[in-house]
Amino acid sequence: MDIWQAVLITVITAATPLLIAALGELVVERAGVLNLGIEGMMAVGAACGFAAATLSGSSALGVLAAIAAGVALSAVFALLTLGLATNQVATGLALTIVGLGLSGLIGAGFVGTSREAIPAIRIPGLTELPGVGRLLFGQDPFVYLSLALAIAVLWFLGRSRAGLTLRSIGENHTSAHWLGLPVMQVRLLAILFGGGCAGLAGAYLSLVYTPFWSPGMTAGRGWIALALVVFASWKPLRVLFGAYLFGGATVLQLHAQAASLGFPSQVMSAFPYVATIVALVIMSAGRRKAAAAPGSLGTSFVPDR
Amino acid sequence: MAGASGREDQRDGPPLVSLRGIVKRFGTLTANDHVDLDIRAGEIHALLGENGAGKSTLVKILFGLLQPNEGEIRWQGQPVTLANPEDAGRLGIGMVFQHFSLFDNLTVAENIAVALPKGEDMRSIAARIASVGERYGLALEPGRPVWTLSAGERQRIEIVRALLREPRLLILDEPTSVLTPQEADTLFVTLEKLAAGGCGLLYITHRLEEVKRLCSGATVMRAGKVVAACDPRQESVRRLASLMVGSEVMEVRAAAAHQLGPVRFELNKLSLAPDEIHGVALKGVDLAVRGGEIVGVAGVAGNGQAELFAAMSGESRAEKAGAVRIDGADAGRDDIDARRRRKAAFVPEERNGHAAAPRLTLSENVVLSRHATGGVARHGLVDASAAKAVAAEISRVFDVRKGRVDPPAGTLSGGNLQKFVVGREILREPGVLIVNQPTWGVDAGAAATIRQALIDLAARGAAVVVISQDLDEIFAIADRIAVIHDGHLSATYPAREIDREKIGLLMAGTAEERPHAA
Repeated sequence: MDIWQAVLITVITAATPLLIAALGELVVERAGVLNLGIEGMMAVGAACGFAAATLSGSSALGVLAAIAAGVALSAVFALLTLGLATNQVATGLALTIVGLGLSGLIGAGFVGTSREAIPAIRIPGLTELPGVGRLLFGQDPFVYLSLALAIAVLWFLGRSRAGLTLRSIGENHTSAHWLGLPVMQVRLLAILFGGGCAGLAGAYLSLVYTPFWSPGMTAGRGWIALALVVFASWKPLRVLFGAYLFGGATVLQLHAQAASLGFPSQVMSAFPYVATIVALVIMSAGRRKAAAAPGSLGTSFVPDR
Repeated sequence: MAGASGREDQRDGPPLVSLRGIVKRFGTLTANDHVDLDIRAGEIHALLGENGAGKSTLVKILFGLLQPNEGEIRWQGQPVTLANPEDAGRLGIGMVFQHFSLFDNLTVAENIAVALPKGEDMRSIAARIASVGERYGLALEPGRPVWTLSAGERQRIEIVRALLREPRLLILDEPTSVLTPQEADTLFVTLEKLAAGGCGLLYITHRLEEVKRLCSGATVMRAGKVVAACDPRQESVRRLASLMVGSEVMEVRAAAAHQLGPVRFELNKLSLAPDEIHGVALKGVDLAVRGGEIVGVAGVAGNGQAELFAAMSGESRAEKAGAVRIDGADAGRDDIDARRRRKAAFVPEERNGHAAAPRLTLSENVVLSRHATGGVARHGLVDASAAKAVAAEISRVFDVRKGRVDPPAGTLSGGNLQKFVVGREILREPGVLIVNQPTWGVDAGAAATIRQALIDLAARGAAVVVISQDLDEIFAIADRIAVIHDGHLSATYPAREIDREKIGLLMAGTAEERPHAA
């Protein structure tokens, strides 16, 4: 029983950064903006978070610095794509390249440094429960935060007035403008939210998951987060499912490698990526779910004057 | 009609809204040139003009979407600035857009809720939709996603959305262009009720019969200027038309009597699943067109016209080769080039991006549709001079007006580009011509040229199929008429024997009887 608990905990740990980054991107895309720069924003978040935490000695400051770094980088993206109506795909790709380079620069002085991971929560009496105690009551704070975020995004998009406005703008920005909805402001806020989430996801990598900095430590998770959003048909609960599936596959392949089944390790490392995409493709196929794509996704909005 | 006397009483005070000397320029083009317009409370005022006359620009200014370069807007005598649609909404100006401003993947209730002012109670929306619906006869199901609805139902959402804000001035941009005649009648009743309740209405259209029937004032625009302000009830349709066009309206000549040839184009139980997510499936379509005749396919937009055209042109291939036959040969599995080689020709609905590539020159656009049928390409190489000669010939015969010898297609006006893409196919002397919306959004002169060319082509022995939402057009040129509804094509009826009411019922899918004549 305790082995299962240990395995499930590692699954959740692997899933959490993806979940946070993907939820942020989901909100951005539902507002009609395609930000391909998640990988870059995550990397900068990871580097800034680790640097700030190491220099200040405070994990909380590290997390805040990571979020601020993600927001700052996404603000550049917003300035270009909203202010100057540049192509969102090209700008997002450039953002990834810049972010990866910048993170290497910021983190250069911290390679080889390591620090204590942010500890898991302990609730006396509950965390010690056999079987499920640590699974339910002994995770690190980010795990609970990410789950709360999923619920909050679900509620915001489905139930709130502001969420309806955001979805409308993503669906058809021309109509939204005609109806007097603030297209640019909503998109700006959505982009900044997405940037903050990506930064936070980066902080999770460098402060919890593997508490050190190494260049390229995001290892394509930003891209997986992007794919998750699409194959989850822009639905928060499916993103949650996809992220945990990815986490599960990651852990499974680690155990498989340890058991040395004879597959090349590169094939095993690729397994979580392939499995997640295949599962989500199967889920989204056959139901004409492409209809769920926000109608204005990836197109610039320039009002007439 | 009820409320007519009440309307006269309100004529004394200042108008609800006055536009004075409105000028709007886009670069070198002056879209509105010192336009004046008055609308009174309780009045249905028509704004008449051809495409490109500046109606839409003026309306966008009145709704706060565009800022005028000069001029003044007065609301009940007071000068106002309308910086955005919210300003217009605060004054009580509502708008029903021609191309709907709806969100396809949201439900009816969400579409309406998102447009209401902040602080409105979202939970009571369903009840309010029902109450407005009842008062004006506009039934809606709040929970349905918009993409499942017909064009008429979508327009109802737009109108209910505008009415929930209790507008004092309601602008309607070409509201009947997507409606069946019966749906239009229902709309007119709603509008008259609104006017009787003291709301001012600005009714934009180029359909003159509607104006005569509904409106008590009219402003006619041409080339950005107001050319007349009149009472449409006192004017003849002919005079209104000539005011709009600026000259006597050209009418098409019927072809001289000619013999019908054998069947040249045939669809046999053609069924096809749609390519697009919100597309329409074709269900067992039968059609036979003989040489020398024009068959018109009427129908409300979005009932399968695009899919039918794609299946006829070969953009979507049929499952069975025999489902499409050209001059007696099975062509259902042929692609578009193979069908062109069988002397068929096709003009799709969208000129920019489908019939023509807007950034390519006219001669390059000639190559795009003619490369398979010879003359402009040899051994995989383009014969540029031959293509230019063909483009020049098309421009000469169809009076395509352009600034340069061989300009990019996108720089031509709608009417001129449409003449070009129709001419490009007709000059090939096709045996079969399939045209979708041949004169949509083009001026009256170009429309008359195109319609005449279609009639003449049929008279020379070709089989012509015209898909159109414009019933006037279909009655003007078709020998036989069929109606498409939800992917079903009705039997064909001789144009002389079917009336608009019957067509309207077929368009709405409510004509039950299966005719035996064909």
